[in-house]
Amino acid sequence: MNVSQMAIRSLDAFARMSIGRAFASGIGIVAGGFLILLVLVAIFAPWIAPFDYAAQNLLNANASPGWPHLLGTDEFGRDVLSRVIFGARTSLSVSATAIAISMAAGMTLGAAAGYFGGVFERAVMTVVDLTWSFPDILIALIFVAIIGPGLTSTTFAIAIAYLAQFTRLTRAQIVRLKRETFIEATINLGAKPSHILLRHLMPNAIAPVIVVGMLAIGDGIVLEATLGFFGLGAQPPTPSWGAMMSSGTAQLFLSPWVIIFPGVAVAVTVIAVNLFGDELIRALDIRDRLRGA
Amino acid sequence: MLSVRDLGVAFGAVEPLSGVSFSVDKGETIGIVGESGSGKSLTAMSVMGLLPLIGGRITGGTIVFDGQDLTKLPERAYRKLRGGKIGLITQNPMTSLDPLKKIGPQVDDVARLHLGMNANEARARTEEILGTLRIPEPALICDRYPHQMSGGMKQRIVIAMALAADPDVLIADEPTTALDVTVQAQIIRLLDDLVKQRDLALVLITHDMSVVAQTCDKVVVMYAGRAVEYGPVEAIFDRPRHPYTQALIACIPRGLDDTARLTGIEGTVPTVINYPKGCPFHPRCPRAEAICATDPPTFSVEGDSAAACHFAEVAHAQPA
Repeated sequence: MNVSQMAIRSLDAFARMSIGRAFASGIGIVAGGFLILLVLVAIFAPWIAPFDYAAQNLLNANASPGWPHLLGTDEFGRDVLSRVIFGARTSLSVSATAIAISMAAGMTLGAAAGYFGGVFERAVMTVVDLTWSFPDILIALIFVAIIGPGLTSTTFAIAIAYLAQFTRLTRAQIVRLKRETFIEATINLGAKPSHILLRHLMPNAIAPVIVVGMLAIGDGIVLEATLGFFGLGAQPPTPSWGAMMSSGTAQLFLSPWVIIFPGVAVAVTVIAVNLFGDELIRALDIRDRLRGA
Repeated sequence: MLSVRDLGVAFGAVEPLSGVSFSVDKGETIGIVGESGSGKSLTAMSVMGLLPLIGGRITGGTIVFDGQDLTKLPERAYRKLRGGKIGLITQNPMTSLDPLKKIGPQVDDVARLHLGMNANEARARTEEILGTLRIPEPALICDRYPHQMSGGMKQRIVIAMALAADPDVLIADEPTTALDVTVQAQIIRLLDDLVKQRDLALVLITHDMSVVAQTCDKVVVMYAGRAVEYGPVEAIFDRPRHPYTQALIACIPRGLDDTARLTGIEGTVPTVINYPKGCPFHPRCPRAEAICATDPPTFSVEGDSAAACHFAEVAHAQPA
């Protein structure tokens, strides 16, 4: 069995055991339901959005919410609702991609550091901790300076910003698990280090990492919006919640809906992610294991 | 089959184990007895080559298995022995199984690794072994997770894993400590049967003299990281010559006579950093004399057995 099959299998077992239980409470149903809805909206945006998100109509600029523009139009007469819907695509995909990269790299580094220890561990942890000491915006600026503004820079900036968290958490799990009797028993049966690490340690370490990943997607959305707000992220006409709010500041008093609706979208999404994450922590019963990472 | 000669182990400057010798052949059971902290488990870890893992090293002696000295064996070759030729049953079955893997795949892994079997062959073998360990409905058990089973059942699974690659030597490190008394007897009987059926060499590490009396052919009594007495089990029980062995035997509860009191040995095993000079047992020994505090005793051999006591010649005449 190769690594990807193993990952799929762990995820599958994880899903069967716990995601269901996270939906057991009222909060879990509402928050989880909203997130599922949001993902569907992002996927099917072209069919759901009533207008082309980039179509300008200067004659109908800054129209207030009503019919046919339910959430009004911006300074170029573009439909705010359509832009918020397509903005969900940008926010979710950028954040999820960045966190996936961050998780993959962090788990690899953290697991190797925790398992092999010694000088290697110290080197990895020093570098990783260094990335944590730079403000996220500064990291983003470095990428913008290298590859120019856009979603790629944003993705890498978010990935680096959360790398330390995943590395430290995975390392802490592995260091703790490594001392367990069943790992010693596996060594006694003649298992190779790779077998122990991939087949026994990682599956047992993955649950808290996935939950932190879930919560980090919420933070990633905020960071993406922040970078977009400063013009470092999505470039026009790509709709991004942060960039929309940025352009909305100019007409804050003239047409407040341009800034309010993307702002509400960010806020509600992040709250839903956090509430669902909390339900996951409760369902997995891993509150203790998230400490000290 | 397995022969340990004059084994010494050190962690940095401290030497918790020295001068340990024993040997065991096919179809034979040797008991290693002693209180907690006497170096029994450390002996097992040395044989399994696990000392580097806990920061220890072998300072002297040899561990010869099947004609090769394991103290000089590189890690890669050692991995083939562990679980393959030498099986280890650990102290605590409750935590010896991976909580996230079903029983079947966990046991299968051993045969797949050491015997190069494919998934189906390994599963057939797993079910066969579970059957010989008197586990009802092996196929059903294979589909269970460890938390769904009782302690005695888990210990059988751990034994099954140790047996899966058909080893020549089995080391059982206090296999019954964590179990109920009734289950303890079952497990001990099971091990005893396995030795006979499979012609195994069994090293049974325990602190329970009554278990030794029931199952072992030979016994090594350990105290403070040293072997203090060894020999055939009948000889040791008939004529224990070391005061420590005598005390251990006196601790076996017997009969239903409610006037009898449970006996113990005063004091505790010294910690590694303050092993006493001379005979390590002298501070707790009822018959210690001046010489015991200064000169380490040598083995006094009598037939197949030997005791490291200055007064071994006279000791058995008047049991403590």
